[in-house]
Amino acid sequence: MALDPSFLGRCYPAAGTYQVGREKIREFAEAIGDDNAVYRDPSAARACGYSDVIAPPTFAIILALRAQRVLVCDPELGLDYSRVVHGNQSFTHHRPIRAGDELAATLHVDGVRTMGGNDMLTVRCQITDAAGDPVTTARSVLVVRRENR
Amino acid sequence: MSRRRSSEVTEGDELPGLQIRVTRADLVRYAGASGDFNPIHWNERAAREVGLPDVIAHGMLTMALANRLVTTWAGDPGAVVECAVRFTRPVVVPDDAEGTLVEFSGKVAQRHDDGTVVIAITARSAAQSVLGQATATIALA
Repeated sequence: MALDPSFLGRCYPAAGTYQVGREKIREFAEAIGDDNAVYRDPSAARACGYSDVIAPPTFAIILALRAQRVLVCDPELGLDYSRVVHGNQSFTHHRPIRAGDELAATLHVDGVRTMGGNDMLTVRCQITDAAGDPVTTARSVLVVRRENR
Repeated sequence: MSRRRSSEVTEGDELPGLQIRVTRADLVRYAGASGDFNPIHWNERAAREVGLPDVIAHGMLTMALANRLVTTWAGDPGAVVECAVRFTRPVVVPDDAEGTLVEFSGKVAQRHDDGTVVIAITARSAAQSVLGQATATIALA
């Protein structure tokens, strides 16, 4: 089933904020096997010029996934999530995410198209801090695989 | 660790490679840390139902490991201003203690006058490339 092209340009505003904690950053760093002290030790982070521990470059996927969930679960879109695979991902960091940040994520639908029989959905998650300043822009291309023959 | 200086870097420099074994336990741990509980990353039945040969690693785990290559080299992970990948092939992770070996390499593809460099990353598993157009842009000191 083709995706509804009228979803192009839609925007899903942030549902609540995300409080970045030191232990969540540590847990994420451990899950990717990265022992860099800047993710764990506030004094090591301060030595690099940060006010607290910072997050690895792909940490923002946590917020992007939360923001995407609202869209992929929208019954009007009619997406079969079990057939969705991740096609592309990028992050633009305006500054590193750090412990203590209170972040908001707004999702934008930048593309809805069909290529080679697969539906493709391009989404952009804009992450801002409590002051409203940009922190990270996360772009994802989600591919909806065709049914098995 | 301090941030690498751009004056020490030239185009074509190779980054130290990274070889990482990914096991089912790593996928469960990453699922919990990231919040991505899609069963194709931990349940063989769910993976086969959607036409995959077996459980596959989260693409985002492969991307995170690829960026470890870059952040370790850069010294300061906060130096990464942009990173991007295409997921070209799944990393299949068997149900055994060894898991799957994924090998990462990178080199300095561009060096700009403003102190930023672009690293081109390759990732291979089971003799095949698993990421396409994988890059990281780093603001060096």
